[in-house]
Amino acid sequence: MSATTLTETPQQADRAKTIYEKSVPGRRAAQLPPLGEGINETPIDELIPAHLLREQPAELPEVSEPEIIRHYNRLSRRNFDLDTGFYPLGSCTMKYNPRLNERVAGLPGHAKLHPATDPSDAQGALQLMYLLQESLSEITGLPTVSLQPSAGSQGELAGLLLTRAYHDDQGRNPTKVLTPDTAHGTNPASVTMAGYEVVKVATNEQGGVDVEDLKSKIDDDVACLMLTNPNTLGVFDENIAEISSLVHDAGGLLYYDGANLNAIMGQARPGDMGFDIVHVNLHKSFSQPHGGGGPGAGPIAVSGRVEPFIPRPQVVRNEIGDEVFFDLDYDRPKSIGRLRGFQGNFGVFVRSLAYILSLGGDGLSEASRLAVLNANYLKQRLSEGRAGKYLPVAFDRHCMHEFVLSGAPMKKDLGIKTLDLAKRLLDFGFHPPTVYFPLLVDEALMVEPVETEAKSDLDAFAEAIESILEEAEGDATVAQNAPYTTPVRRLDEVGATRKPVIRQQIA
Amino acid sequence: MAEASYPEDLKYHPEHDWARIEGGEATLGITWYAQDSLGEVVFFEGPEIGSEVTKDQPYAEVESVKAVSDVVAPVSGEVIAVNESLADAPEAINADPYETGWLIKIRLSDPSEADTLMDSAAYAASLE
Amino acid sequence: MAGYTPATASDQAEMLAAIGVSSIDELFEQIPADIRLNRELDLEDGMSESEVYRFLAGLADMNLDAERIPSFLGAGMYDHYVPAIVDAITSRSEFLTPYTPYQPEVSQGGLQVMFEFQTAMSEITGLPVSNAGLYEGPSAAASAAYLAMGQTGRTGLVASRGLHPHSRETLATHAVGFGATLTEVGLEGGLTSADELEAAVSEETAAVFLQNPNFLGAVEDIAALGEAVKARGAMLIVQVDPMTLGILRPPGECGADIAYGDGQPLGNRLDFGGPSFGFFCAREEYLRKMPGRIAGETTDVDGRRGFVLTLQTREQHIRREKATSNICTAQALNSLAGMVHLAWLGKQGFVELGELLARRTAYARGLVGSLDGYELLHDAPVVREFAVRSDRPVDELLPLGDQADGPAPRLPVYPLGRDYPEYEDCFLVAITENRSVDEIGWLAHMLEHAQAGWGEHIHDHDHEGNPVAGALR
Repeated sequence: MSATTLTETPQQADRAKTIYEKSVPGRRAAQLPPLGEGINETPIDELIPAHLLREQPAELPEVSEPEIIRHYNRLSRRNFDLDTGFYPLGSCTMKYNPRLNERVAGLPGHAKLHPATDPSDAQGALQLMYLLQESLSEITGLPTVSLQPSAGSQGELAGLLLTRAYHDDQGRNPTKVLTPDTAHGTNPASVTMAGYEVVKVATNEQGGVDVEDLKSKIDDDVACLMLTNPNTLGVFDENIAEISSLVHDAGGLLYYDGANLNAIMGQARPGDMGFDIVHVNLHKSFSQPHGGGGPGAGPIAVSGRVEPFIPRPQVVRNEIGDEVFFDLDYDRPKSIGRLRGFQGNFGVFVRSLAYILSLGGDGLSEASRLAVLNANYLKQRLSEGRAGKYLPVAFDRHCMHEFVLSGAPMKKDLGIKTLDLAKRLLDFGFHPPTVYFPLLVDEALMVEPVETEAKSDLDAFAEAIESILEEAEGDATVAQNAPYTTPVRRLDEVGATRKPVIRQQIA
Repeated sequence: MAEASYPEDLKYHPEHDWARIEGGEATLGITWYAQDSLGEVVFFEGPEIGSEVTKDQPYAEVESVKAVSDVVAPVSGEVIAVNESLADAPEAINADPYETGWLIKIRLSDPSEADTLMDSAAYAASLE
Repeated sequence: MAGYTPATASDQAEMLAAIGVSSIDELFEQIPADIRLNRELDLEDGMSESEVYRFLAGLADMNLDAERIPSFLGAGMYDHYVPAIVDAITSRSEFLTPYTPYQPEVSQGGLQVMFEFQTAMSEITGLPVSNAGLYEGPSAAASAAYLAMGQTGRTGLVASRGLHPHSRETLATHAVGFGATLTEVGLEGGLTSADELEAAVSEETAAVFLQNPNFLGAVEDIAALGEAVKARGAMLIVQVDPMTLGILRPPGECGADIAYGDGQPLGNRLDFGGPSFGFFCAREEYLRKMPGRIAGETTDVDGRRGFVLTLQTREQHIRREKATSNICTAQALNSLAGMVHLAWLGKQGFVELGELLARRTAYARGLVGSLDGYELLHDAPVVREFAVRSDRPVDELLPLGDQADGPAPRLPVYPLGRDYPEYEDCFLVAITENRSVDEIGWLAHMLEHAQAGWGEHIHDHDHEGNPVAGALR
């Protein structure tokens, strides 16, 4: 098969050259403004002592502006992206990123507003943050929201530091945090960074928390239980009320990993399930583009008993006479403090509020309903034909917004692994689902089709899977050696890790 | 080494580690089964010479591209050598886990601990 | 309500029939009835695109952004000119909408950008290894502390009061979880006190945090301060402003073990504080302890050059509770903006911009320091920001005009009082290539007016009429 793509020809042999390799001494793009009338061209070493100055200029590329545009445009064509194709990555909620959101985030009043602007000159920005806080509070069913955390993982760490502050305030010092064995890897990593010990809780046959195992591990040394509901298997834990009271009765808090909130907006709320702390991934349910790996934002919503400890500053709405004034409240003596600089990823807040305003309460609810419909429909399609035979659903019941297949029979009967199927899907123009997660399903494929995909896209994906399995029945090597049509084929990750080359060596 | 092999002159720990005991010293490594489960090894960093390892406790990690595995000491003692060649060629752990892919040598602190380990046949049976 | 969902009524009917249920509600029956919401969310109904635009544009209009008033605010985020190609490239779908590059065969663009970015950040910091980006500056300080504690087995953290107050507060927040103690070292003449630093560093110290230029704008002698740190076996960690590294000695040449910072000055807009990116560079020996994503070069099965995420066993999705960090993002889009800006500036432009900043700042500092009622807080060398003491209290100084005439905009300079009670009567002035000589002149006039009182007449050659209104756009 051809090793070139439609958008690249073999003649463009520089396709993997770096911007450094295109550098030619003396070329440049930037023209800076003149220094200004009346300002002297004082030698820099008269302003700053020579021993504090750089002796050689930093090696940056020397390229003209057209070359920069061409270089990065060409690179961009070596990426698969959500705007071009179906991207059913489980647990990542790859939903459409409305372009209106980019437009409003780019308005100078948002984009060119300095974060240290006096609140009196930033009332629009603070009001926007306040509206988002209020919206997320209603969606999660918890009274107070801090927008500060930069991402879900920072929200988790914030939640665990809040847990510590809460217990400290009660004169207690529990040491353990319970997490299900299906948890995202960030959960245990965050637990350790917050100085707690991870204790794993088993999963029952329905994919939920094994309540008996939980009971055996609960004591007054438990600070918190971290849970994702629906969990990483796409299953809603029906025992949540019992789990909640078990943890609360032992003096612990309940932490909700909001990674899967897209399943339940307007249907059920973590606060009503008894959770004390929730983080919300604005880059998942609330349409912030993923950017190839950031930026995002991970606001947290908390119950009344955790509220005194939230990060500062907090956006507040004050009424002074008839005047409403939005302010940044630093006077929070029990606060855990800051997790980062300034007020959080405001640009993300603009996009997410635009999304919430566009959909409204009814639209958010409808989005979750259609996400669940799409997931169940695709699950049904994949339970038929060869997919049903080789890729059985782990925990076969109605799912929420995502579901997990096991490639174990496919590996055994056809000799192709989940990884091979994923790579072959690339040739069919689909981004593969999340693979090899969750860990407790052998050869796992985790599929999240989201509400912004049309039925015809789901059908096409199911047909591609069917074709690949049929092809593998005849010749497994096709999938085993895939992909063929991508800008590069399988890469030597072993070599890259044994002898890491992580930067250009500049002659 | 493509085929499973568990030499008879070695002692085995249930966490898939082996010991070659020679007088008051032992050479330690991971078994064929362990390296096969892990996949291609990309990194090993040994403990410091002079440090102590304790029976049943991890003393180092071996890494493949997408997994990390603790290496457990089958017997206790003081580290007297670390296989430095693995820094440049960790693939020896896959290719030859019992000879060039050895990990560390220790001076035994309690030679009687070796009696608790499995022989080749018992270990191979435990993998069934 | 926005039309972001394609499913028509007939699509839904077909899908429900295929699933074998009669309604979507049936799919939600797995949620126990007593925790179902059973009402609409109490939010406004959805709006049309034009309505949402008008509403949010209305909020934007209430903000006094750097296009409407010359902003001399800095404190870590600066109103640099972001070249148009940055917007053109970062708004491409292929960079804007993918997830983290977990499938490298279809993510070569993003991975190669990371590789180029790592190279550029290594070059400007003078340190051999760089990751692909962290959330932002102050939280990168916490990541550095976590690394240092693991590396040294010690729990003491020491930070200069010249370190950004947000970084110090972020370190304090995380120290509770890490089981660390944080000690501060004072400033003398605008610079970190070498004597206090030496006294504060002990055999228990994991790391010392300095910033260059420090929060008061002063250029520190990192190499000299670092000697006491090295003597006690502690790690030297330096927060840097990347835009000053065109001219300042890079931290890698000053003995730093780790350099990190906020990348906002490189190609990222102000955005009221984020998103930007953090960067994190270190000596080679810390490569396998680094937080965050790292891209590496390799080849594919046909021998073609390619890039992958590498050294992934450090990360949370594999090492879980033993990970070097819980971070899952590289702020890839923001790091791309930084890389494009650096390529646009290029080897020469990066130096020229540093020189322009230093010269304009020297001019502005001379002008403001000569005004009645003001003096410089310190006379240490600076690059792009300086600190000024005012006779009149700063909170009275900043409203531009008499409060009696209604709410007045605030002069966009950074008051130091909240973060530094000892400098309650001081503020910072930041300069960028966007702040022209005329605007610096305007700032000086505003400061004169503000010191004298808005009712006083000030002889004013250049500014006819109301000087405040003249500057507002």
